[in-house]
Amino acid sequence: MPPGLRLTGRLDLAPADGPALPPLSLTAPAGRWTCLLGPSGVGKSTILRLLAGLPTGVGFEGEAGGDDRRPLAGRVAWMAQSDLLLPWLSVTENVMLGARLRRQRPDRARAREMIEAVGLGPHAAKTPSELSGGMRQRAALARLLMEDRPVALLDEPFGALDVRTRAEMQALAFRVLAGRTVLLVTHDAHEAARLGHRILLLTEAGLAEVEPPEGEPIRDPAGPAVLAAQARLTRRLLEPDA
Amino acid sequence: MRGGSATGGLFAAAVLLAVWQGVVWATGAAPFILPSPLRVAQALWTSRALIAEHGVVTLAEVLAGLLLGAILGAGTAIQLALSPIARRLLLPALVFMQAVPVFALAPILTLWLGYGIGSKILMTVLIIYFPVTSAFYDGLRRTDPALLDLSAVMGGTRWSELWRLRVPAALPDLASGLRLAAVYAPIGAVIGEWVGASKGLGYLMLLANGRAKTDLMFAALFVLALGAVALYVLLGIAARRLERWSRTGR
Repeated sequence: MPPGLRLTGRLDLAPADGPALPPLSLTAPAGRWTCLLGPSGVGKSTILRLLAGLPTGVGFEGEAGGDDRRPLAGRVAWMAQSDLLLPWLSVTENVMLGARLRRQRPDRARAREMIEAVGLGPHAAKTPSELSGGMRQRAALARLLMEDRPVALLDEPFGALDVRTRAEMQALAFRVLAGRTVLLVTHDAHEAARLGHRILLLTEAGLAEVEPPEGEPIRDPAGPAVLAAQARLTRRLLEPDA
Repeated sequence: MRGGSATGGLFAAAVLLAVWQGVVWATGAAPFILPSPLRVAQALWTSRALIAEHGVVTLAEVLAGLLLGAILGAGTAIQLALSPIARRLLLPALVFMQAVPVFALAPILTLWLGYGIGSKILMTVLIIYFPVTSAFYDGLRRTDPALLDLSAVMGGTRWSELWRLRVPAALPDLASGLRLAAVYAPIGAVIGEWVGASKGLGYLMLLANGRAKTDLMFAALFVLALGAVALYVLLGIAARRLERWSRTGR
């Protein structure tokens, strides 16, 4: 069973930007998708970085880690908006990067499996410059799967993709990450409505839980439940104090 | 070099030769003051064995200096990138060293290392060390911070992060540092030869000058310039290859 996530404490973003955020208490249930929705610059990525154990450059007093009270180091995988593929390596070598960085012997057979799983089988020997934006995000997803960590932290990974590619990537990621604890940071209300078992809204007013649309994710991207929730969430993003 | 700039270069050389010959005709300068291009070409041909003998020495000095300077510079850049202590201690020393006119050191280097090629190689190393170090260090420092985050989450070590991510990403910067070094390296070797040597193109030029064999002096200078340009072009090709590799993997 993967761990859930919890973060409690006070986040001290640049004080010049107005009032400080009220203290945060964020949890993400084990084995589910939690979407953290909010406008840019409100601290979503900082929360993700705190959970990943990365330096943030802002003050934070509190705890961030697994709900089993153990640190998450070695149990998280990370995916960012930019694919972070090394341009001089093939897709296969990029997928095996983690093992190389840890000075382990990479498992080629497993790398091939992961590449097949994201539908890049015929492109395994290509370099990133030969792939489209969507294919590059697929390769980044295969690299994340290759790490085989129980927790996946996704920082707006589909933000730069067109509507159809984004919908495909959401479905693919949801399928291949099943059973893992996923925290997805996004500024896209539609994405949160489609993917979240749980939806958290982070605005200048603080963190609030929002009722997800009915039905289990992954939901129909053009269905009435998702679109109604998108409208509701958009309203709250526009008027955080209402 | 691309076709266009090669043609342009040839054209510029032709214009220069024409002006040179024109000045010789117009002023009636004595050959030991300003020899005509034709006389220089003749000297180049008749003294080809002599020029080649000295040219090989200078070439060896330049290549050895480049190699050593590149290794030392790259090593220093890696140290600087890895260690905050090295940054605090070495960076000020490097800037200070860069401020010292290296030419001023040539006599003392000759005193210490003698008239052989050792002092010339060291001179070359000193001249190219800073440009190589600073170009490569800049490249290492500019690694995409998100890549370093990825490595941290994956559990990468500092060394594997360096060798797998930072060095490959900074190779084009190292190459452009080396391209700059290719311009400086012959200067270092020739200055070293001027201060004290018994071989090399710089020595030959000084010797020819002293004996009023200005045509030989120009011939040696021509060979030196040709070699320097060839080195620059070769390293430029290497730099472009690396640049493409770091963007596309081919």
